[in-house]
Amino acid sequence: MKGDRIFGLVMMVVALGYLLSASTVETSFMSDPVGPRVFPYMIGGLVLICALVMVLRPDPDVDWPGPAMVMTLGAALLALVLYALTIKPLGFILPTMLVSGFLSWQISRRPAQAALAGAGLGIGLYVLFKTVLGLGLHGLPRFLMG
Amino acid sequence: MDILSNLAMGFSIALTPWTLMLAVIGAFVGTIIGALPGLGPSNGVALLIPISFSMGLDAISALVLLTSVYYGAMYGGRISSILLNIPGDEPAVMTTLDGYPMAKQGFASDALVISGVASFVGAFLATIALMLLAPLLVQVVYKFGPADYFALYALAFCTLGGIGSNNQAKSAMAVAIGLGTAMIGYDKTTGMPRFTFGNMHLNDGISFLVAIVGLFAVAEVFHFIESHGRDSAIGVKLGKITVDWAKLWSTRWTMLRGTVIGFAAGVLPGAGASIGSFLAYMGEKAIARDPESFGKGNPRGVAAPEAGNNAAAGGALVPMLTLGVPGSGTTAVLLALLLTLNITPGPLLFTDRPEVVWGLIAALLIANIVLLVMNVPMVKIFVHILSVPSAILLPGVTMIAFVGIYSLTGSSFDMLMMIGFGVMGYVFRKLDIPTVPVILGILLGNAMEDNLRRAMVLSDGDWTYLFSSPISVGLWLAAALGFVAPMFLRGVLKRPPVPATDSYDRD
Repeated sequence: MKGDRIFGLVMMVVALGYLLSASTVETSFMSDPVGPRVFPYMIGGLVLICALVMVLRPDPDVDWPGPAMVMTLGAALLALVLYALTIKPLGFILPTMLVSGFLSWQISRRPAQAALAGAGLGIGLYVLFKTVLGLGLHGLPRFLMG
Repeated sequence: MDILSNLAMGFSIALTPWTLMLAVIGAFVGTIIGALPGLGPSNGVALLIPISFSMGLDAISALVLLTSVYYGAMYGGRISSILLNIPGDEPAVMTTLDGYPMAKQGFASDALVISGVASFVGAFLATIALMLLAPLLVQVVYKFGPADYFALYALAFCTLGGIGSNNQAKSAMAVAIGLGTAMIGYDKTTGMPRFTFGNMHLNDGISFLVAIVGLFAVAEVFHFIESHGRDSAIGVKLGKITVDWAKLWSTRWTMLRGTVIGFAAGVLPGAGASIGSFLAYMGEKAIARDPESFGKGNPRGVAAPEAGNNAAAGGALVPMLTLGVPGSGTTAVLLALLLTLNITPGPLLFTDRPEVVWGLIAALLIANIVLLVMNVPMVKIFVHILSVPSAILLPGVTMIAFVGIYSLTGSSFDMLMMIGFGVMGYVFRKLDIPTVPVILGILLGNAMEDNLRRAMVLSDGDWTYLFSSPISVGLWLAAALGFVAPMFLRGVLKRPPVPATDSYDRD
């Protein structure tokens, strides 16, 4: 119940924002009969209708994760965001070791195994991607590579 | 005899040592992907598209590699269904019903052999049917105008959405979100930016690969972390692989029936392999003289869904190649592959680039033979791989997703966006909002708008033009039916419960 209602309300706001943004799209002199705004209007309208249905007739609620699991998932999310931000400046190997080690620990809760998994994946995947598949990756931090 | 000469041309392209090697590698990797719980044909192929693209493979090589992965995953899904009672992927759910009971009774080897052969029969015959049917369909599709294409896209969204969720509003919402995402970036006709909010990264739109890998692979990571404690089913021991020829032969008609049903389900837009295996199983049970033995280890209960899902995989290629409209999540990913390779599916593909079409068909036939060899005599290799602990596997898969997108775009922004799509996929799954229509919306959104606008140029702004040709009227009627009918059929087509001793409670 609650999940669907909240999502429906959020999507209504998003849809209104989308329609507003669509109304400010500039058209040029060489436009066609439909123009660049009509199709987005149709989409925004469809989202509004669906969101309204979700608010008025929500499905029974599902099991949302408990607080501990939300923390775990939040930590995993944070790790992935940090990975996305560090892979470029720090090179592939170090962030991969840390993040895959962390994810591994989250699943198994065994530090030693996780450390090994992290180290193995960091080096193993680098060898696979760089030498076997020939992708253009930097292994080490930029400042060490010169 | 056009088909034979075309096929010969296809084989002359696909039968080089290099492409054969790619087919073997793809089949091997695909079977692993299919067998591993949580990784299925769609997220497996999604993960590999950016990587194969960054490797600089040419169009035919990439197609051979990834369609082998696709078919391999369809074969592999049955392995964990039978041995662990965990479906390796969505279409393999039906195989657990009789596969796991067979394994428990000591017939694991029979179940693997029969399902492997059934997969081969389904996939091989479906590829031949694809070869016969696609050129005929192309003749019809030639006549499609912009209004017909617009109706066709609507049909694809309606049927896919109608079947995809238990709640029509949620499916339609998913479609609209996908279409809305596709609008981001420069408008092709006027050259004006839309919904970019001044962010340069958004000017070219959101790459569908980023969305696909995020929604399919990264979302799976979150889901897996949440559910890992529950996925600990104890596997059934597998003895020596022997072939019980009599038992295998007794399922021959079952395999053929499953193939026909599966292929038909695959060709229809929106249905795909899951529905194919479901209908094949239910059909076989309905006509059996001993329906009560189904679900208790009947070999025909293994043969029917496996033939069905592999035939559907071939059938789903028909609308994808001839119309450019994918019938399922996995073919949506294959469409993404074609678009990445700068190949636009549709009738023109058959006339302008026949080497791609026939090379692909030849590659599929080859891949199936490779897969039969891998999945029957050599199936034990994959059973060993199933015992890799998830604490290594999951981080590995995550990193592969990131490397793929990173090596393709080299931008942190795209990786962050991919994570965003991952969170979205996780939340959507919780809310029972299907994600495949989102992908389809992103893939087809611009083409759909384009056809609408071209139709309006032709009619000078008269909207009734959308319903003016007999083809479009038929498509609109089918679309309405496809969206509404599942609401009434849901009660009739209830899925049978998964066998007991199941610790797997994924949707």
